[in-house]
Amino acid sequence: MKNKSLVSIDDLSTDEMVSILDLAEKFEKEPIQPILEGKVIATLFFEPSTRTRLSFESAISRLGGKIVGFTDASSSSVTKGETLNDTIRTVNSYCDLIVMRHPIEGSARLASEIADVPIVNAGDGANQHPTQTLLDLYSIRKTQGSLDNLNIFLVGDLKYGRTVHSLLMAMSRWNTIFNFISPEELRMPLEYKLYLDKLGLKYYEHSDFTDIINEADIIYMTRVQKERFSDPMEYEKVKNVYVLRNNMLRNTKEKMRVLHPLPRVNEIHIDVDMNTKSYYFQQALNGVYTRQAILTRLLNLK
Amino acid sequence: MKEPKQLSVSAIESGTVIDHIPASSLFKVIQILGLDKIDNQMTFGTNLESKKLGRKAIIKLAGIFFEDDDINRIALVAPEAKLNIIKGYEVVEKSIVKVPDQIIGIAKCVNPKCITNFESVTTKFKVVSKKNVALKCHYCEKITDQEHMVIL
Repeated sequence: MKNKSLVSIDDLSTDEMVSILDLAEKFEKEPIQPILEGKVIATLFFEPSTRTRLSFESAISRLGGKIVGFTDASSSSVTKGETLNDTIRTVNSYCDLIVMRHPIEGSARLASEIADVPIVNAGDGANQHPTQTLLDLYSIRKTQGSLDNLNIFLVGDLKYGRTVHSLLMAMSRWNTIFNFISPEELRMPLEYKLYLDKLGLKYYEHSDFTDIINEADIIYMTRVQKERFSDPMEYEKVKNVYVLRNNMLRNTKEKMRVLHPLPRVNEIHIDVDMNTKSYYFQQALNGVYTRQAILTRLLNLK
Repeated sequence: MKEPKQLSVSAIESGTVIDHIPASSLFKVIQILGLDKIDNQMTFGTNLESKKLGRKAIIKLAGIFFEDDDINRIALVAPEAKLNIIKGYEVVEKSIVKVPDQIIGIAKCVNPKCITNFESVTTKFKVVSKKNVALKCHYCEKITDQEHMVIL
């Protein structure tokens, strides 16, 4: 490899993950540092993702770096038919690191093989979004004090949810119990269950979580999208089962926290926002610290 | 009365015989090994009777010997192929192809949203299962199984 890029969460060893989380902790204490002064970071968003882009740009700005790039492909030469290869080769010479978001799966891996500068994958289609996973880990560790021996509830669309798959892969490096709560049609794919079997980690599948919610250390909510259902009747039947409401949290563990990758639609009722156990907005802020740590680490600046 | 045994294809003095190729895969094997681009003498037989495969194909290559890595590339289309190394009209070595750990080129990624189906990139897979061949794409990380495998 010509350089160290972050394309997939599996690229990182457990030690490297922990070390990024430790560094992120330092940025949380002192978020404004001139570490990226004189550096140019390209943010190439071949598809719009305002939340992710702002989080990266905030991280770069707080470290004193400059940003070049585009916010969606229609404002770049991609619409003129330029290949990814050519775009990356060109931008490569303008900057010190490339953050890219692209709708095609595997595009970030390809870019990392073309570029001389590090690539940070900010989402390649349904494939990987490793900085999201790291900020999830950061949020879990921060709220629970450790990543070991936790009972993680993954709720909602477990079939197509890239976020939950990556989180599962990452958390499976620690001694984790998983509870999968989803409608029948959106269950966790077999390959992930086989993977946990191989590691000897316990998991349970449920179609409803009201009876077991008090066992959770983390409830990770995701959106159940109507488009995912082949039968609209099925969606109507299940759409309210996967909505978290404040009264459901009454007897949950003191330290339990509710996470969500955002944007939320209706799967977490707004009455949960006032509860101290809701953590998703803090989670989004943690994304800035985590991304500061990732950028700094990939550029070997700390 | 026993019928006389007869070889359908004449013997070679020195080289490689690839036997037990599924008849339907012969031309893919030729393509993967690039046999259409070399000048050596070679004989192809196809739709020959085989108890094991129904119809098989056989390739006889005079003066050609393969490295393991090269010949194993055909394992995707001819997983049961047998190699006979011939020297002085004698079989001096027999072996079976093995599915390699990595496949570069040859197969197409099944995922329509994979970058390899958009840009001109050589496909690259990690072999995650050898029995029922399953390939994990180096780029999009999706699995292509034998049933959905398309040879480029």
